[in-house]
Amino acid sequence: MTAALIDLAYLAAAVLFVLALKGLSHPRKAVRGNLLGSLGMLIAVAVTLLDRRIVRFDIIAAGVLLGTSFGLVLATKIRMTAMPQLVALFNGLGGGASALVAGSALLAAATPQLLLTTSSVVSGLIGAVTFSGSFVAMAKLQGWLRARGAPRLWQRGFLVILLVAAALAATHLVREPTEIIGYGALTSAALLLGLVLVLPIGGADMPVMIALLNACSGLAAAATGFVLMNQALVISGSLVGASGFILTRIMCRAMNRTLAEVVFGHVHGDAGDPDQEPSKPVKSVSPEEVAMLLEASRRVIIVPGYGMAVAQAQHATAELARNLQAHGVRVDYAIHPVAGRMPGHMNVLLAEADVPYEELYDLEAINPELVEADVALVIGANDVVNPRARTDRDCPIYGMPILNVDRARTVVVLKRSMAPGFSGVSNPLFTAENTMMLFGDAKQSVVAIVRALQY
Amino acid sequence: MISAFVFALTVFVLALLLGHEVITKVPPTLHTPLMSGSNAISGITLVGAVLAAGSDHSALATGLGFIAVVFATTNVVGGFLVTHRMLAKFRRKPGEPGKS
Repeated sequence: MTAALIDLAYLAAAVLFVLALKGLSHPRKAVRGNLLGSLGMLIAVAVTLLDRRIVRFDIIAAGVLLGTSFGLVLATKIRMTAMPQLVALFNGLGGGASALVAGSALLAAATPQLLLTTSSVVSGLIGAVTFSGSFVAMAKLQGWLRARGAPRLWQRGFLVILLVAAALAATHLVREPTEIIGYGALTSAALLLGLVLVLPIGGADMPVMIALLNACSGLAAAATGFVLMNQALVISGSLVGASGFILTRIMCRAMNRTLAEVVFGHVHGDAGDPDQEPSKPVKSVSPEEVAMLLEASRRVIIVPGYGMAVAQAQHATAELARNLQAHGVRVDYAIHPVAGRMPGHMNVLLAEADVPYEELYDLEAINPELVEADVALVIGANDVVNPRARTDRDCPIYGMPILNVDRARTVVVLKRSMAPGFSGVSNPLFTAENTMMLFGDAKQSVVAIVRALQY
Repeated sequence: MISAFVFALTVFVLALLLGHEVITKVPPTLHTPLMSGSNAISGITLVGAVLAAGSDHSALATGLGFIAVVFATTNVVGGFLVTHRMLAKFRRKPGEPGKS
């Protein structure tokens, strides 16, 4: 009787999770959706406590208390600019928890069945990879680890060794499921695998990796669901897995790279010798000149990139937009899917700066409009506005969908230097006829423009 | 045993398809909340962690379960809360009609 009741409650929780995800189809319904999701979680955990097998409530209470305080502190203290790190951390904790639960279930089973062992192998492998991989991703995003891509040659060697080790441990565990040392060996290999997979991932590839780790944290939960034969875990895990894979695919498509190229390193072809192109003069302008230009425009489209996030220029940018709007200028934002370090990164930052979401447009929607813009204001973006992706077949980023800012009447680029973006490809936009460069820290530049506008 | 597996597999595949249908409708603007929100949902592994920590099998099994409870609770509480914080910041243009 109780078992059926628990299963029904799990069903209710699963329905609430689906509604939570459905709510995310519109910003207006999303807050309510998220609340429904947390209600579902509360129900699922509460009914689990009715399970007869549970005797040590003190240990559960201690763990929940500790986790709740960590979660509360992290979620309330974190700055919006640090969101990619936090998402990476949470992915890792979810994956780690799934691997631990599978290990514990393996220990608890007197004579583990084949299904339980194989599911544990899957859960332990994916969970542990997600755990260590996410921590590396977090460390990189936080700047604790150098973000630059590491040499790929040693990576492949280690990968093969670790995969063989993991396969051996897995076979041993399936044959001798009571020898828990096999599970320890498997997860150790998987932890190292996570390190080796994520260590070489650099800056602009991070959105793909974060989305992939997100998918893995879901799959690990689903695998743990098979271990425990718990439908709540199976359903929720696969929902999250689907979400992560969809995001991964969107991110890959937006970079015109396959997942394998991101994970295993696609040796960028010739990044283009900058000397090849005749060095055209760069038009460098002052903030005051930019202010005059913007003020005289009817339509301005702002293109933010990772540079805006690094300089924390989102509030200044929003203020600039509001100033221009007060002058009767129409201002919109063009958001490239892979701008920043995780899916939707720019949108969150601009939302934090109180930019209404109606002013944010994605690639397909804004590209036809860019032709009609008087000024395209590029703030700390580079590869996503590189016209060579459209025209130069030999260029490594050829075929990547870009924002066609070069087709606006005038382009103003706020950038620290002429250095190429993550891809290492030189950008002819910066020397184009209709481009003006404003060099310096994005935040300081925007603040200077705002000051000049008010003057 | 096999039938239980097939049943779970059926549920898994159907949920994947359902997830695909629902999530393709999420606009790019909400991709970060989607990640943090779905990530909080993947903290459902907390259910398994509670079972692992609460069943008195062996010290090691309980210990692993305890760590899993801490991890998963951090994931769940932090995930839902930070998603809420983020979503609260998505605003419409001031002065436009519509419920908030």
